[in-house]
Amino acid sequence: MTALRHILRDPVATFGLLLVLAAVVVALFAPWLAPYPDDAFESHLLQRLRAPSAEFPFGTDNLGRDILSRVILGTRDALTVALAVVGAAIAIGVPVGLLAGWREGWLAETLMRVTDVFLAVPQLILALALGQLMAPGIGTAMVALALTYWPFFARTVFAETRRLRGALFVDALAGIGAHPARILLLHVLPNAAPAILVRATIGMGFTILTAALLGFLGVGAAPPSPDWGLMVSEARQHLPEAWWFPTFPGLAILLLVLGFNLLGDGLRDAADPRLRRSRGH
Amino acid sequence: MIAPVLSVQRLSVRIGAARILDDVSLAVPAGGTLGVVGESGCGKSTLLRAILGILPRGAEVPGGAVLFGGRDILADGGASARGRIGFVPQDPYLSLNPVFRAGDQILEIMRRHAPGTRRDHRARLVELFRAVQLPEPEAALAKYPHQFSGGQRQRLLIAAALCCDPALLVADEPTTALDVTTQREILALLQGLAAARGLALLFVTHDFGVLASLCESVTVLYAGRVAESGPTRDVLDDPRHPYTRMLLACHPDRATALAGIPGTVPAATAQPDGCRFHPRCPLARGDCALDVPQPVLHRGRVIACPYHAEALPEVALA
Amino acid sequence: MALYILRRVLLALPALLGLILLTFVLSRVIPGDPAAALAGDAATPAQIAAIRAQYGLDRPILEQAVVHLRQVVTGDFGTSAFSGRPVAEEIWQRLPATLELTFAALLLATLLGIPLGLVAALDHNGPVDHVVRLLSVGGLAIAGFWLAIMLQLVFAMDLDILPLRGRIDVPLGLPPRVTGLLLVDSLLAGRPDMFWSACRHVVLPAVTLALPALATIARFTRSGVLETLQKDFVLYARAAGYGRVRLAAIYVLRNAVTVTVTQIGLLFGALISGAVAVEAVFDWPGLGTYAVQAILSADYKALLAVTLVVGAVYAVVNVAVDVAQAIIDPRVAEDGR
Repeated sequence: MTALRHILRDPVATFGLLLVLAAVVVALFAPWLAPYPDDAFESHLLQRLRAPSAEFPFGTDNLGRDILSRVILGTRDALTVALAVVGAAIAIGVPVGLLAGWREGWLAETLMRVTDVFLAVPQLILALALGQLMAPGIGTAMVALALTYWPFFARTVFAETRRLRGALFVDALAGIGAHPARILLLHVLPNAAPAILVRATIGMGFTILTAALLGFLGVGAAPPSPDWGLMVSEARQHLPEAWWFPTFPGLAILLLVLGFNLLGDGLRDAADPRLRRSRGH
Repeated sequence: MIAPVLSVQRLSVRIGAARILDDVSLAVPAGGTLGVVGESGCGKSTLLRAILGILPRGAEVPGGAVLFGGRDILADGGASARGRIGFVPQDPYLSLNPVFRAGDQILEIMRRHAPGTRRDHRARLVELFRAVQLPEPEAALAKYPHQFSGGQRQRLLIAAALCCDPALLVADEPTTALDVTTQREILALLQGLAAARGLALLFVTHDFGVLASLCESVTVLYAGRVAESGPTRDVLDDPRHPYTRMLLACHPDRATALAGIPGTVPAATAQPDGCRFHPRCPLARGDCALDVPQPVLHRGRVIACPYHAEALPEVALA
Repeated sequence: MALYILRRVLLALPALLGLILLTFVLSRVIPGDPAAALAGDAATPAQIAAIRAQYGLDRPILEQAVVHLRQVVTGDFGTSAFSGRPVAEEIWQRLPATLELTFAALLLATLLGIPLGLVAALDHNGPVDHVVRLLSVGGLAIAGFWLAIMLQLVFAMDLDILPLRGRIDVPLGLPPRVTGLLLVDSLLAGRPDMFWSACRHVVLPAVTLALPALATIARFTRSGVLETLQKDFVLYARAAGYGRVRLAAIYVLRNAVTVTVTQIGLLFGALISGAVAVEAVFDWPGLGTYAVQAILSADYKALLAVTLVVGAVYAVVNVAVDVAQAIIDPRVAEDGR
């Protein structure tokens, strides 16, 4: 709650929070908010590539579908993919980080070396390699993104666990015979939670960007899905005439990712008083 | 009396609501030595920054002047005095930039403020390194700060303070970060150099021992005001201001927080009216809380207390 | 210093070895039966068996790993299933294009990002600071492929002042290959017209690619300068009479950029990833387009080779960054950090 209060005091971070909340609302009520909810899949060839107007505020695409509706419907997909990917990355990375941070010896060493190797390859390339090996598609893209993002959580949790393991209160708990799993779950994990939350928020933005890129490259979401990256890709053949076609899906990506990044920044400041000071009072 | 090389006249400094310095006056005669004493938070560092022309952003000067060589440093941000006032900082470990060669950092000061070519400067700097007894003065030019010991770094900084041939040396507790043996060497060095070059010395310190051996006169600050000033021997032997008296009684070695005396040094944002020491003063009476005590001249000394002749109650000196 | 460089290189080797193993595991484990995957859907069991024997897939797994390692180290990445040409040769053809693009972007990002971060810090909480802060968060939120298309739309299609795609005007041909970098080779060949054309072609892709890097560099420089300004030695230098400009631009900045330089190394990974999108939009004949083509044509040898080469370049860049850092801050080499 103190984190929330801190964010509300920072206008830029509040703006980020509002963007994210707005996206969540749009995603939840997408079918009711979209003017033409069926335009996710239907096509109307007679009204293709219409410029923005009162009828179609964002114009129509090459198949005559309302771009505003598709952008709204796409919000749900973008958020779902990002949540699933970040959730899976947490599910892998956090236990690995806890285990490697708590134990010493070959197991911890191996785990962290594996983490390093994953971090040594640019995420996108690894995601592409994985995606190709498992037949392209949105499911593959999600698996690939989760597999490339977990090391960040492992690193974060590892550092936090190592730090806390030397802390006095953890020694005291071990001294009175508390089970390691209990110490890790009830005492270490809550302390690592702010760092995980910051990572996860930034990761949401990163995942939305990368998923859109995979869609754009044709190895993510497949037509006729209202994926933002895919829409930009479909628009390329209709330039420069249909300028509105790539513009609005791209703006949607920009705003949502901006929201998560600003929010993540604010959370980081709230979690780390040292950084807060460097930004001024 | 010899004309002062530096004279601070009724200087007041504020930062926002905080009254850091209030009506502070002091003078360093040419070739003379003045010690400034006070607990932490009494305004010493702000006084130094005013003298060096680097008051922090947001500092206001409602009144007063800092005259050096007849010109007001506050008026031109210290520009006219640069190079003419050498500064020896408190912490030799933190005062040199770790990523540049120490020699280059000093040469940069000379490039801006000393006449001559770079070659002259290098030659002069090696001479100075020799004068401050830095081992291997030639090789020292090419070394980085972390390659010197603490005492050697303070010698470097003394050389830097001397590099533009100043008239005044300002030293901010230059030995607190060093071990005892090195402290003594550095003090002896400073004293010797000042005497040999006829330099005036302004010395900020906590240490009464240093004060007694190094400074002809002393100014005692309390909460941004001068409590007492005069010849060092006299002040140490027979302190008159109640604050100085209690300070010397409590801590015959160092000026540190008055232990066992009720209250603390007031925050700069919440200075009491009247005499700033009155809430803690055993001699305080009604008018002390109302009027700012006017400095009294007493046997060559200035004392900011009208009741300085009275004896302190025994308890206060215990 | 030489010892320090040697140590950094040796430390980078295990990560590279791990990467080779990872690509090996990926190539053998994930497709289920790699021979069947190679042979395609319509293959008969006999064909699959033949392929298995041809690629040594019937050997024990450890032996396969050793063979894989030996092939990779000697630069033998096999033959592309798409073009039928050796993968190593194709990568060698395309690597300079990607390097030219990423270095141009990195240069742009550094030359603009560091001064931006500096002026933002000097104007702490002022209007310049806010603009730079917005830019640095916004720059990381823009999808590169979208920005690329928008820039094309405005500068190439609408205003028609910069070329739409490619590395050089096709009628000019190519300069003789020396480094493979057109900007360098055209000058070496004494062809200013080619150089100018290559410059014009690199602008839009490099700007697109540079934006997120610029954002990161500006941000880290800003916080580095703010932190350095708090240091005692800055106060001391002011007291000693350093000039304002020199103090900010050299004395403070050199301390501040040590952190930024580390970030530049980490950024290189992001730049390579970004290059995939940017190359795709601008038809830049580099590793990015090669990787996309490899995916779309299920050419897994090519893709694994790209992964490895990119990982190797990344490792080399990070060693270079460590060395640069030791040059900027002499304490680094001595601490052995």
